[in-house]
Amino acid sequence: MMDLRHPDRRREAPEGGAINETEDRPTSRPSAEMFGTEPSRGAHAPGLWVYLLVGVAFGIVLTKSEVISWFRIQEMFRFQGFHMFGVFATALPTATIGVQLLKRRWRRTLGGDPIAIPPKHLGKGVRYAVGGTIFGLGWALTGACPGPLFALLGSGVGVIVVAIASAMLGTWTYGLLRSRLPH
Amino acid sequence: MFHPWPWYVAGPLIGLFAPLLLWLGNRLFGVSSNLRHLCAAIQPRRIPYFGYDWRREGGWNLAFVAGIVIGGILAGVVFRNPEPVAIAASTRASLGALGIHDFTGLVPRELFSWRMLTTPGGLIAIVGGGFLVGFGTAYAGGCTSGHGISGVANLEVPSFIALAAFFAGGLLGTFFLVPLALR
Repeated sequence: MMDLRHPDRRREAPEGGAINETEDRPTSRPSAEMFGTEPSRGAHAPGLWVYLLVGVAFGIVLTKSEVISWFRIQEMFRFQGFHMFGVFATALPTATIGVQLLKRRWRRTLGGDPIAIPPKHLGKGVRYAVGGTIFGLGWALTGACPGPLFALLGSGVGVIVVAIASAMLGTWTYGLLRSRLPH
Repeated sequence: MFHPWPWYVAGPLIGLFAPLLLWLGNRLFGVSSNLRHLCAAIQPRRIPYFGYDWRREGGWNLAFVAGIVIGGILAGVVFRNPEPVAIAASTRASLGALGIHDFTGLVPRELFSWRMLTTPGGLIAIVGGGFLVGFGTAYAGGCTSGHGISGVANLEVPSFIALAAFFAGGLLGTFFLVPLALR
């Protein structure tokens, strides 16, 4: 089986000291491989309630900006309105400037940990092109990407819980087929 | 409070979440990982992709998503905008031609309701769309937030490919699958 990991991302000794024996499994290091950074842990790391509050703010912005609306997504993919394009066109530079400033200038988290984002592994790029297209098909149908699915659930569209369950099944199916798919 | 927010307010706010999470705890902003964490929490079969400590890797992100649901309740129920989403007249006409006539709420009730779940159209949009979202984001290794915002903000080539593929898939979905679901 193809090893999908980036060569730089070897498993380091966990806090206990022992090297985990599952080294060669493709999922051996989720936090670096899929979840990117080595996050802040320990006493200076923010508690879960901080992330909950940030999530509340994000949910409010998603809902109030109507980017969770199936109608807005249709308007975007039919090139009939500017709203969604305006959101992306202002969100991307804001995020880019913020992330680049943090990486290059400030370099530290609130708790003083170094900020380091390991690069994504391009490989043949198949997973990004094919996986991305498959997600796009679902995005048009449900009118929602994963964040908006949860915001829609909160905003009272109860049946979206079925879409979320189905999305979990989709992710689970990917986990099942992973070793047989080209990446 | 009850009005929707324009793109020039919402876009920059959405862009702030990637640097904010990085600064708070060296966390990479990305919602689709939660579908994986939820599968890992259930772990119906021992698939290596889900064989990691989901509390440690994903606890913060699941708290973030719980916040999104609460934010959806606040912005979509408590401070609900009573007006229909102000999409372009041309989009209304396009969707009207496909059989959508109820433009109240964030999503069309003619597609997203418990009653529609028993129809082929509802199944395609809710169950099929959800599955494609879950499978595609897992395959691509991120969604609109993880690739589209975080990855692009970190100037990652794979994320630019993924974002282009999201849009290509969305166009295909809009012009081929949505009409199928509304037939």
